[in-house]
Order: sequence, then C-alpha cells, then structure tokens
Amino acid sequence: MKHSQTEPHYQAATNDKLDEALASHPRPARPNALSASLTFAWRALLKIKHIPEQLFDVTVFPVIFLLMFTYLFGGAIAGSTGDYLHFLLPGILVMTVTMITMYTGIDLNNDITKGVFDRFRTLPIWLPAALVGALLVDVVRYSIASTIIIGLGFLLGFRPDGDVGGMLGAVAVLLFFSFSLSWVWTTLGLIMRSEKSLMMVSMMIMFPFTFVSNVFVDPATLPSWLESFVDVNPISLVVEAVRGLMHGTATSEQIGWALLSSFIIMVIFAPLTMYLYRNKK
Amino acid sequence: MTYKSRATHEGDVAIEATQLVKAFGITRAVDGVNLSIPKGSVYGFLGPNGAGKTTTIRMLSTLLAPDEGNATILGYDLKKEAAEIRARVSLTGQFASVDENLTGLENLIMVARLSGYARKQAKDRAYELLSAFDLEEAARRQVKKYSGGMRRRLDIAASIVVLPELLFLDEPTTGLDPRSRNHVWEIVRALVTAGTTVLLTTQYLDEADQLADRIAVIDKGKVIAEGTSAELKASVGSGTLHVRLQDPDTRPEAEQILTNTLGTAVQLSSDPTALSAHVSVTSRASKALDELAKANISITDFSLGQPSLDEVFLTLTGQPPEEEHTSEENIS
Repeated sequence: MKHSQTEPHYQAATNDKLDEALASHPRPARPNALSASLTFAWRALLKIKHIPEQLFDVTVFPVIFLLMFTYLFGGAIAGSTGDYLHFLLPGILVMTVTMITMYTGIDLNNDITKGVFDRFRTLPIWLPAALVGALLVDVVRYSIASTIIIGLGFLLGFRPDGDVGGMLGAVAVLLFFSFSLSWVWTTLGLIMRSEKSLMMVSMMIMFPFTFVSNVFVDPATLPSWLESFVDVNPISLVVEAVRGLMHGTATSEQIGWALLSSFIIMVIFAPLTMYLYRNKK
Repeated sequence: MTYKSRATHEGDVAIEATQLVKAFGITRAVDGVNLSIPKGSVYGFLGPNGAGKTTTIRMLSTLLAPDEGNATILGYDLKKEAAEIRARVSLTGQFASVDENLTGLENLIMVARLSGYARKQAKDRAYELLSAFDLEEAARRQVKKYSGGMRRRLDIAASIVVLPELLFLDEPTTGLDPRSRNHVWEIVRALVTAGTTVLLTTQYLDEADQLADRIAVIDKGKVIAEGTSAELKASVGSGTLHVRLQDPDTRPEAEQILTNTLGTAVQLSSDPTALSAHVSVTSRASKALDELAKANISITDFSLGQPSLDEVFLTLTGQPPEEEHTSEENIS
C-alpha cells in the first residue's frame, strides 16, 4: 500500500488508521503458563536469529577449551594426550556447559537495565514464564555445546567404555544440573546493578568451583583440606556422575548425589529468583 | 473514603490516592501525595527532574509498593488487587521498554501473544498498530536501528496492544524532535477520544498546557499545586504586563512608574531592557503605558497576557524550573 506523497493526505490516512486501531477490541483471555513460556522461548530464538554470534559461546568456546586443556595438560598429567582425553573429556564437558550458564543471568540483567523487564511485569502473565522460556532455549544451547564437545572428542580419539545409553544419561544429568545452576545466575542477575559487576561476581564464583574440582586432576593428589572441598563441590559430584556414566562405571550413589545437589541448588535459588523478580524495585 | 463496593468500579474516578510515601534511604522521593484523577481525561504531572514523578507513577502502576498510604486505581485497591489493576492499566516508561534486538513487528507480536491473543490475531493486531503508528516500513527492522521518535511510538503501541483503561506515560516526549513530539501528542489525543484515561509526566510546561486537562505541579515529592492550566495561571495573578524599553538606562525610572501605577512589585528580567509586572485590573495596564509615554520613556514592544506556566512554577517554588534541571542531587 503506497501513501500519496502530499503531507495532508498522508496525515489524514494515519488518523483514520489510528482511530481504527484504538477502537475497542474484546479483551483476550489471559494466556496460560505454557503459552506464555513458549512465547518467551520464541523471543530467545529470535534473538539467536538476529545475533547469531551469540552462539559462539556454545560452539567456538567448547572447541577452544577442549583442545587447549587436552594438549596443554595431557602430556604433563597423564603422560599422553590420548589417555588424558579419556579422563578429561567428561570434566571439560561439565566445565564448559556450566560456564555457559552464566549468560542466562546476563540476559536477564540486560532486560532489567534496558526496561523490557517493566513491560513484562505489567502484563497479565504467569511471571516465571519469562525465565522458564529463556531457560528452555538455554537447554537447547547447552545441548549444542555438549554435542560439539563429544563430537570433537571422538575425532580426537575419545572412546568411552560405556554404551550410547550411558552417554545420553551423562548429557541428561548435565542438562539438569545446568538448568538448576541457571537459577543462581538469575538470582545474581536480579541483585547486581550492572552487567560488569555481574560478570565479575559470576567469574569469581565460577573459577574456583570449576578449577578446584575433579575436572583436571584426581583429587587424591591434592592436600587433604583441598580434597575435602573438592569432594563436596557440586561440580565434582556432577563430573563424577557424568564420567561414570560415559565409561559405564557409574554407581546409583554417584548419580544420586549429582541429581540431589542439582535439586538442592534449584530449590534454593529458583524461589529466591522469583521472590526478587516479583519485588524488584 | 472507602471503595469497597463493586459498583464504584463503574465510577468516574480513575485514581484516588491518599498520602502516598516512598523513601529511598533518607530521601523521601514521594512525600505524602494525594490525588483524585477523573476518568476520561489527560492528567499531567509537571515537575523538574527528581521531583518524584516517576516514583509516583511506578507506585500507581503496581511496579513499586508504597511505604505509606494507599490508592484505588479504577476502583481496585492498589495493595490488594494488583492483578486486577495490571489487567486494566499500561505503562510506557521513561526508557523504551521494548526489546531492541527484535524487530518492531516481533515486539508487538510478542506483547500481543503475552496479552492472550492467538497467533493469527496477534500478528493482525501487530500489523494494525504498526500501520496506525506510521511504522509499517520499519516493521522488519531491528528496534536498535529506530530513531528516538519511532522507538517511542513503538513503545506506546506495545502499551496499547490491548487498549488499557488507564495509560501511564512517563515523559513521553523527552528528547524528541518537534515533529515526533506532535505525533505523540496526536496519539495521546486519539487515545483519550477512544476512552482511555492518560496520566503523563512532563518537564515541559507547554506540553502540560497543551495536553493536560488537569495538572499537578510536583516538587520535592509533594504536590504543590493542582488544577486546570487556567486555574493554575489564575492563582498567580490575572495577567502580566511585559514591557520592553528602547533604552536600558530608562529602566529604573520605568520600574518606578509601573510600581506606582500598578501597585505591585515589578520584576526585572535578565534582559536589561525588559520588565514585567502582575496586573489585577487590565485597565490599569493601559494607564501604566500612558504614564510611561508621558515620562518620555520609549518602549519597543509590550504585551499583556495570562501568566505562563513558567511564572506559575516560579511563584509556587520560588525558583524557575530550568535551574532545577541542572541539580540532580534529589534522586538516585
């Protein structure tokens, strides 16, 4: 539809359309929780469509991590990169994906500082939908990262002792843990006032928890005070389960601890996030 | 004053607020605000930056809980019936609350879906609004590439996907060029015609004058005056005589003459040739001009008019609003 070039005619046309758009429409019924969550998931997918570079963290980042640590530490720690890969890959998988979970908090923090958050809060929706929708898409992102790491691992000679079921189980445990951990970052995303401070605090938490774990070395080689921290570090518990499932040695106790620690994190931080979300100034 | 009965939901009052207080630390951003805003009108909050306008609006739109006091919005209790209020009001904040990574079309579809529209209807509604707000051509462009005026219009469009009964507009035209500002004004007028009550905040005196049926002048968290623009002006005096002299050296003499004939204090403006004075009886003004002519003081121009809102502000607060713009210590 082309408007006439003359200004007055153009204005008149706009006015008619304006009145039409403002004519009273029946108020639609409130959307249900699922539909609202899916709308937010759609929003997150659109974001990936418009800014594809944001997939770097789930594609390039895992590749760099796996190559870097395998070849940097392989010879020194395990004598050969091939042996080390056998030990390291499950750990690197957990480390990479847990690091990616930090972005969830950053996105939420951006929504708040930019003002979109206020819009969502005045809509008649089930409030957690905004977070649940974003986390659903994040689970897709974590799956992409997992696939890339495992795929690259196979190319480098990773041959797990377990079967396909163990591999899928390992990824499932990891996804559940990542989903739970995301609530920690959403909590922080609501507390911290800027993206920079949020990044800094997230890193300060993330680095000790990922490095001081059983990702790179056998905790038995550590001083006992450090070993006792590593043993209760949730990341160690998850790595233990993922490694066990991949190599077919997992005990139900190992899997149980990984799931339980994930569950505890979620039970604490999901309600905390929602509380802060509702009462955000 | 209680509004328990459901019948009052059909009443004529959009907002009734009593003694609203909100403090941030030791700063009382809103310090005992009372309001009574009729339905179907445009109500303006006029005040400098940091006066507490935004905080008041955020409380009235359920985004911020008041520390003290309460309000009924469209007959619903602000504290107890927030969900009912949310379904009926809409807020366009000071910073565009749209997702700048998405396109205009995607933003509107998202809000429509979240308002409960089915997929097809959401899309239709989005297109209808884009065309009504003159954003058709930008529909598939990311919002981050929009101009300030386009972003504002999209923001207002997102606020009225479901036409609210009450719309809060926080500084809708701040930073817009005159053409975009007129466009927003046109939208506000059309909204009122369609039956929506609009509460807007502004630092611009002429905006309040042009758009608002009633104005509350807000300063330091308090309503310091309330009424129609004409009432506010009348509270300052019936009119003001402005005189400009040819020769600045004659100003002291002219001041003397005006003081004597008008019987009020004469204000000397920063322009060395200009002076002005309130006049209660207009015939006195012509007498004053007569006296100036008799004293051989030549004037280049004069005017007799209603006081401007600038003068209202000056009289009410003791300082012109412009000066307050630069001091930002009032609020975080």
